[in-house]
Amino acid sequence: MPANPFNGYTDYGVGIGLRVPHYDHILSRKPVVDWFEIISENYMVDGGRPLRILDQILDQYRVVQHGVSMYFGSAQAPNRDHLRRLKDLVRRTGTPWLSDHLCWGSVDGRYTHDLLPLPYTWEAVRTTAERIRQVQDFLEIPVAVENVSSYAEFHESQMTEWEFLNEVVHAADCGILLDVNNIYVSSRNHEFDPMEYVNSIPADRVAQIHIAGHSQFERYTLDTHDHPVLDPVWSLYARAIERCGPTATLLEWDDNIPTFDEVHAEALKANRFLQPSNVEEAVA
Amino acid sequence: MTLLELQRRMEQDVRRPLTAELTMQPRTTEGESMDEIAAAYIRPNSELTSFERLEIYNRQYWFRVIGAVSEDYPALQALLGDERFDALVLAYLKQRPSTSWTLRDLSAHLPQFLEQHAEFASEQHRLAVDIARLEWAYVEAFDGAEIEPLASDELAKLGPESTLALQPHLRLLAVDYPVDEFVLAVKKPEEKAVTSGAAQLRQANVTTTLPAMAPEQRYLAVHRYDDVVYYRTLEESEFRLLKALQERKTIAEAVEIIAGEEQVATIQQTFALSSELGWFCHPTI
Repeated sequence: MPANPFNGYTDYGVGIGLRVPHYDHILSRKPVVDWFEIISENYMVDGGRPLRILDQILDQYRVVQHGVSMYFGSAQAPNRDHLRRLKDLVRRTGTPWLSDHLCWGSVDGRYTHDLLPLPYTWEAVRTTAERIRQVQDFLEIPVAVENVSSYAEFHESQMTEWEFLNEVVHAADCGILLDVNNIYVSSRNHEFDPMEYVNSIPADRVAQIHIAGHSQFERYTLDTHDHPVLDPVWSLYARAIERCGPTATLLEWDDNIPTFDEVHAEALKANRFLQPSNVEEAVA
Repeated sequence: MTLLELQRRMEQDVRRPLTAELTMQPRTTEGESMDEIAAAYIRPNSELTSFERLEIYNRQYWFRVIGAVSEDYPALQALLGDERFDALVLAYLKQRPSTSWTLRDLSAHLPQFLEQHAEFASEQHRLAVDIARLEWAYVEAFDGAEIEPLASDELAKLGPESTLALQPHLRLLAVDYPVDEFVLAVKKPEEKAVTSGAAQLRQANVTTTLPAMAPEQRYLAVHRYDDVVYYRTLEESEFRLLKALQERKTIAEAVEIIAGEEQVATIQQTFALSSELGWFCHPTI
């Protein structure tokens, strides 16, 4: 089920995040890349180099937008200026779907610029699903929500994270950007079985998958996006592909960014699992 | 606790300033125990207490916002030094937490804040404010809008009662120090290189001697050309003429401001420069 309503019936392969240190390499060498994911907010500006580069990339590559500040789980309504600018960018990129995080980050007009965890309550399900529906209706393209890494849980929670995710996407009728690295990081921090999470998500709603590296500290694990993908995360990825079928996959590498070739080579390791004949061998 | 109540509680706790050791404050300013506050809504796990789990977010918040402001003001940081700069940024963010969905806007009001708080720069206050103004002008010029400039035949049709708009990305600054030289000296060795193999992004290993700054009135145009931001020094009369046009005065009114011996030369020079760089636009924006 690579193509589904939640990724605009597309069949994208392995992409990487478009990052500033790689601009010159990409534009001068024109490497073959299935697709690029952009951080929407970096291009929601009035002019200048970011938009010029984006237009050059759009001339040659497929681009999918990923956001970091929609805060679907915030108890208050989304910012109208943000939505208007986001829609302008959607028109510019022609992104077949758009993703942002299942989290909150602003309240009473103040922004933390963080992906803060939600309490897994029925109230949060209703509020978050309503926000996602509003955004999806306004943007007129499919929206996929990404599970975040988290370091805290709340007494208020009434269900597990994966039950919460399932309830939200069902109520919002939206897709999932399944971040298997985030599942792993949260499983370490909250002491649950990450495979149970992967086995519980509705596979037919997965629009895209994220893979990334993380940092293990003595008493907790941080989602740092500054390493190659580690083996436990590849195992979760293998299981996700087994359940979902070959799905658009994106490697995130945001800190200590190596050369383009190193990032791309790391991302292409996903092909071991995406080729159906290789799955059994790779999992073994 | 409703969703909104929980979010208000956590937002307040995440934005609470850190201790000098970069840990979460053990007590609020009202004397409440953060241990108790955290335990009331955050579950501990087998490794971390509620306090410690909340502290991760508290620390990440401050590292992120201070980092974002530092990126916009490298020259101001170089002038003040890390300690004074951090104190300034902390005070600024306490007074003006982010009210925008984009981090890009976070430090927009730092120059005005510094203007009103001389204590963060003491005897270097005027210089520090000028540097901050120039660094924010750079941010605005970098990603400000660019619109179609007037063509030469359109410029030829302008009369005394015409008004003009200037490119939205153009910023005009009158400063008391040659801060463009200072900022450029700081920015030059700051260029970063992507490494291979070691997979690390490192600052270029260059030591910078910062230029000594003596008061000198300077008029600057901060603008973008082919995606690169430039600082251009203007004559005072050019600056005043452009400023008047930017304020949508008619050409006749703007010219009146610079009446004097140099008037004709200034007008010719300013219009030639502005046409060449595409600064003049239709006044419909």
